[in-house]
Amino acid sequence: MKKLLSLMLAVAMIFALAACGGDKPVETPSDATEAVELIKVGIINNDPNESGYRTANDADMKRVFTAENGYEASFAYSLKNDEQIAAAQKFIQDEVDYLLISAAGTAGWDTVLQDAQAAGIQVILFDRTIDADESLYVASIVSDMAKEGQTAVDWLASQNLETYNVIHIQGVMGSSAQIGRTGALDTMVAENDNWNLVTQQTAEWNAETAQQIVQAVIDSGKEFNVVYAENDDMAKGAVAALDAAGISHGVDGDVIIMGFDCNKWALEELFNGNWNYDGQCNPFQADYIDEIIDGLEEGVEPAEKVVIMEEKGFDATTITQADVDQYGI
Amino acid sequence: MAKKNAKNGIGSAFVGLFRNQIFIPIAALLILIVFNLIADPSFFKITLGQNNAGDPILSGNIMTILNNASELAILAIGMTLVTAASGGQDISVGATIAIAGSVILRILCGAAGPRPETMQAPIIVAFLVACVATMLFGAFNGVLVAYFKIQPMVATLIMFTAGRSIAAWINNNQLPVIKDVSFSYFGNYIPGIPVPTPVFIAILCMIVIALVLKFTNLGLYVQAVGINSHSSRLNGLNPEFIKFITYVIMGLCVAVAGLIKVSRISTINYSVIAKDIEMDAILAVALGGNALGGGKFSMTASILGAYVIQFLTTTLYKFEVPSDALPAYKAIVVIILVVMSAPTVREKLGQLWKKIAPEKAVKEA
Repeated sequence: MKKLLSLMLAVAMIFALAACGGDKPVETPSDATEAVELIKVGIINNDPNESGYRTANDADMKRVFTAENGYEASFAYSLKNDEQIAAAQKFIQDEVDYLLISAAGTAGWDTVLQDAQAAGIQVILFDRTIDADESLYVASIVSDMAKEGQTAVDWLASQNLETYNVIHIQGVMGSSAQIGRTGALDTMVAENDNWNLVTQQTAEWNAETAQQIVQAVIDSGKEFNVVYAENDDMAKGAVAALDAAGISHGVDGDVIIMGFDCNKWALEELFNGNWNYDGQCNPFQADYIDEIIDGLEEGVEPAEKVVIMEEKGFDATTITQADVDQYGI
Repeated sequence: MAKKNAKNGIGSAFVGLFRNQIFIPIAALLILIVFNLIADPSFFKITLGQNNAGDPILSGNIMTILNNASELAILAIGMTLVTAASGGQDISVGATIAIAGSVILRILCGAAGPRPETMQAPIIVAFLVACVATMLFGAFNGVLVAYFKIQPMVATLIMFTAGRSIAAWINNNQLPVIKDVSFSYFGNYIPGIPVPTPVFIAILCMIVIALVLKFTNLGLYVQAVGINSHSSRLNGLNPEFIKFITYVIMGLCVAVAGLIKVSRISTINYSVIAKDIEMDAILAVALGGNALGGGKFSMTASILGAYVIQFLTTTLYKFEVPSDALPAYKAIVVIILVVMSAPTVREKLGQLWKKIAPEKAVKEA
């Protein structure tokens, strides 16, 4: 009886796993109607589970590259470079017209991009750059993380506080977002005597670690008036620690709260005045790519090889419900 | 070993202490306490303040430690049993916590989308469903280990790899946020009670496991299977089933820890929630002086080990050790403690003490 039960459990779990294993490398939508000549695009992206950013990015791609807009799109997802390269080779064999790539890693793309070029396929990079010769792709659409950091620090400077005692919570060390968003603040602190870092720690994008870091600062009794968290999750963790300690924050509060990424819930916090600032990391590259492809179809090369997207910073005192709805991811 | 007589009575007492399993976590805890006392006595200050909702709150490093160690202590319970019975560790607990949290949020959100104004189901229902889910995943691990005789670390590697994707899939890759404050009570404070709720949940779990170990044969059977599963079979036990059941219990612990984790911030991030917690849980078991190859175990020592780990983490934060360097410091401490707890080293320490102690006894006389 017990054996039977355990066998049934095992079988059930295997089926459950099989059902969950929605990790198909390539999926092709079947509703592509052949009424008009569709532009075939192969889109290689990172796994949409990776983060809210990636989910929004993938949804944006799926919104633009549809049959209604004149595209026949195939998607491939992987967080691994070699699997992405394999997917690219498959797309080349399928003779797509355009290859859109958000590379998991920067190296190893030369050969496959040369193959693409030989086959007359135009390559457009989005979100992430790669280490390959510029002639191998027509354009790359990226975020400028350093600019995001600069926008945020400029905003903070415009608050005209007498002294800035900043708790700086960093992302995973070495990631491009961390380097860009840390750089601007580090420069500001080094150049101004009234800017101090109370603590500078990495919470590795984790809300709970951020909560512990801020808790440790509160327990040690140090003065601070700014929390500069490099993403929304960590800002949320920091706020949880402040709430527990009875420290006011946000608009008219004692502590300024700054986050990044513009998650919808974070913009709502901003809208309610619990936070002060949220910097955008724009996941909506699809329209830029669409524009470039339209141009290329008419024989117009894009004006610039590297397109840096416009990214906003939101202030709690000026944000509107429309902003929350439009920019929240 | 040591003969008890008047001359080396103290010595043998210390030998006994060194040989006692609980010595290591207690010694580690004492060292940390003394270190903090010398460095900054205010470390131990506890103040009664108010949170932003106007409720009384006890705060201070000690409360932080008790609060944040709760999940780890709960996981240490399950991990101790798994280790003792199967002679291996479950490395999937972090990933299955993500699943538990995701299930809870999925049920609470119901059909109302990822950001409901009110909870769509009672919390207890969501929690019970999560318990069933994680116990099923525990059962999956248990079946692989007990009946298919796969190495525990390899068997649980499957869920370790797949768990976070499954968690994301449960919520269609969305990040649900629960706005109802009553959901946050489990990971924070119940209004009016100044002690964080996770502390109570952890204590409750400890009481339950203490009663189970006292009034059932679970502890005895687990140890018998862990020491020699063949001879336990000859004695009428079913070693497969006992190994299997420890993984199911582990699943239950995971569900409780998952509830606390998602309640702390009322949302979830699949890729980072409870990241690397399995390593801390295994460390807690090792710190408790339990043999990682299975067999005899001390539940008290493991739980104490969990608090030592959090004590260490909080101490390191207090001294502003960069948090990416934290694992390195932990590793150093772990090496020292594990070497200390090795039977040969403890034997040596005991003998060393015996040499010193009789002289002292003579002097006092």
